[in-house]
Amino acid sequence: MTGLRNALRQIWATMALPLLAIVMALVAGAVVIILSSALVPGHGFDPGLPLTAYKALFEGSLGTDNARVETLVQAAPLLLAALGIGLGFKAGLFNIGAQGQFLMGAIAAVAAAGALKGDGALVAIPLSLLAGCAAGAAWGLIPGFLKAVSGAHEVVTTIMLNFIALALLSFLVSGPLRLPKSPQPVTAPVSDAALPIFIGRDGHIGIILAFLAVPVVWFLLFRTTRGFEIRAVGANPDASRYAGMKPRRLIILTMTVAGLFAGLAGAGNILGINHQMSATFSTTVGFDAITVALLGRSHPIGIMLAALLFGGMRAGAALMQIKAGVPVELVDVVQSIILLFLVASPIVRRLFRLRGVKASLGTTDTMARTYGNEVIR
Amino acid sequence: MTEIPVLGLVIQFGAFILDQLPFIAHAAVAVAIPIALAAMCGVMCERSGVVNIGLEGIMLTAAFVAWIAGTVAVATFGSGTPTPVFGITLPLLIGLVAAILAGMAMSAIHAWLAITVRADQIISGVIINIAAVGMTGYLNTLISKQSPVGAGGFTPLQLPASVSDLPVVGWLINAIFAQGPIAISAFVVMIVLQIYLFRTRWGLRTRAVGEHPRAAETVGINVVRLRYRNVILSGAVAALGGAYLSMELTTSFQANMTAGRGFIGLAAMIVGRWSPVGAFGAALLFASSKAISQAIIFAAPANDLGKFLASIPSQLYDALPYLVTIIILAGLIGRSIPPAADGQPYEREAAT
Repeated sequence: MTGLRNALRQIWATMALPLLAIVMALVAGAVVIILSSALVPGHGFDPGLPLTAYKALFEGSLGTDNARVETLVQAAPLLLAALGIGLGFKAGLFNIGAQGQFLMGAIAAVAAAGALKGDGALVAIPLSLLAGCAAGAAWGLIPGFLKAVSGAHEVVTTIMLNFIALALLSFLVSGPLRLPKSPQPVTAPVSDAALPIFIGRDGHIGIILAFLAVPVVWFLLFRTTRGFEIRAVGANPDASRYAGMKPRRLIILTMTVAGLFAGLAGAGNILGINHQMSATFSTTVGFDAITVALLGRSHPIGIMLAALLFGGMRAGAALMQIKAGVPVELVDVVQSIILLFLVASPIVRRLFRLRGVKASLGTTDTMARTYGNEVIR
Repeated sequence: MTEIPVLGLVIQFGAFILDQLPFIAHAAVAVAIPIALAAMCGVMCERSGVVNIGLEGIMLTAAFVAWIAGTVAVATFGSGTPTPVFGITLPLLIGLVAAILAGMAMSAIHAWLAITVRADQIISGVIINIAAVGMTGYLNTLISKQSPVGAGGFTPLQLPASVSDLPVVGWLINAIFAQGPIAISAFVVMIVLQIYLFRTRWGLRTRAVGEHPRAAETVGINVVRLRYRNVILSGAVAALGGAYLSMELTTSFQANMTAGRGFIGLAAMIVGRWSPVGAFGAALLFASSKAISQAIIFAAPANDLGKFLASIPSQLYDALPYLVTIIILAGLIGRSIPPAADGQPYEREAAT
């Protein structure tokens, strides 16, 4: 009995703050909707509008089979990218570069798919996915390497690499990879490398890969020596160095793996959903995934739950705008409030008298601290 | 294989730049202004030890608030007659003041999270950015359905032809002064900030707090108050950049109109080594590279150089600021080192 009670207490301690943050953010979102309801076309001031909006949001994410599949489709890239970011958090690294890694993965996958046209799906799909992983990993390796060698802080270098990826993508799509004779700059369709649909309208097999990554990362983090070292470096770089670990090598490894996951997310999206890339290809996955990783406390299971939540919100937002007239950007508003509550957790804990509840961002202490004195030995 | 005459190309390129400079300088300054203002906001924050990657969000909020406050003011007071110089009207002024207040409010949130809550300052910056995209996008979607009439924009200073046609320096005066009021005030901000940061007591204290807050506290400087003041004031500087976008460069707000300028500002701050003049210079450099890429398209030189330049994809110029920043951060050319206490929350030692 006490074992069960302890386990429940453990779960409550871990989940109380994220759950509270979600609830508070939805409440705050409702306040925003009410305050702005007079601006919604065809509406006067309407205190009932949040209910209509949230009902539509729920319906659009879980209401029908198609909606549920769409939630999974939206959650998959978030899950992959956030697993990478969470891995970084565990190592005390802040990877803001998931955006760029995602784009590089997508462009490499579409390039490989173009080259492998006519080779059959069995060859084209795995190789294109691998190309995406490799490009994403390379885009993660660069900031990892720079941090390890020269101490250039990964936050700044990954932000810069996001924009370099954007420029590179625009160059490739309107130059070397451009489909000849197309009026707009677009690449050739992925043809043979298109991921097969296994469920619903566009439930591609990339979703399975994303959810398979959860146990993989869990095993890596909690059942391997490398995973232990990654967590040790994040908790205390000095102590781990004295224990004979090599923080520099671990930083490079972690960033590369993080990039690999984000690259796979990009490859999955382009091969599974878009099938073709235009010069204006863009995404919000990179920054959404930061929230997902933080909300999931950098734990693979937590990240999976958070990714499903955000996938659902992204999937349902369109229906919310159609049915209730509430703009899809409400999702961003809710997201920023969730983050605010997570980051202000010491205050929140005091406010709601939550004793014995873990602070929500326990593992991230070492990140910003290294910004100024950036020496890694 | 033909030999590439590198030295010849460099000389030709120099001549090309000198030749084009008078034509592109004005446009380059106009592009550089919001980047420079964002970068100087970053300088103020980071010199006192607070990392601010929320520059983009602060600017975006200010751009939106400037436009919406101007719109409301036009509906309330009418648009009024613009002054002959700068085209200032009451709604425009109201918009500008509202934008500055909004920018300061956004940085106050960042200051609270970074200084009082001692949250991770990078996450705090991310919050500012996401909140800004969300709120401005949300309200813009709702409001633009009613096709509102904005307050218009400030107009650039009209220089007499006798000044702008001066030999040798005419184009330079033209580039700096034939601009709107916010652009010109950016130069003033740069000069004032440079003097304040390196020649006054406030500046010395700011730098001390950014390098070694504990030492600063032992000589009686209130670290917390100084950081609050700097971060909140810096919001006004970035807000000028935002207001510039929606009231001077254009006359309305578009969703996400900052388009990464805040992040280029971050790059300019680093390349400019955390000094106002350096940051402004880096912003000008970044803007010029973009302007030169335009000049190459429209007025490519007819020699070897022209062929060489035409072969460079224009996207390289887009990526240039970010490449330069990474190269400098990596220490390949001239190291750029942030203030030592940058990003570290300050905790007072417990009284014993």
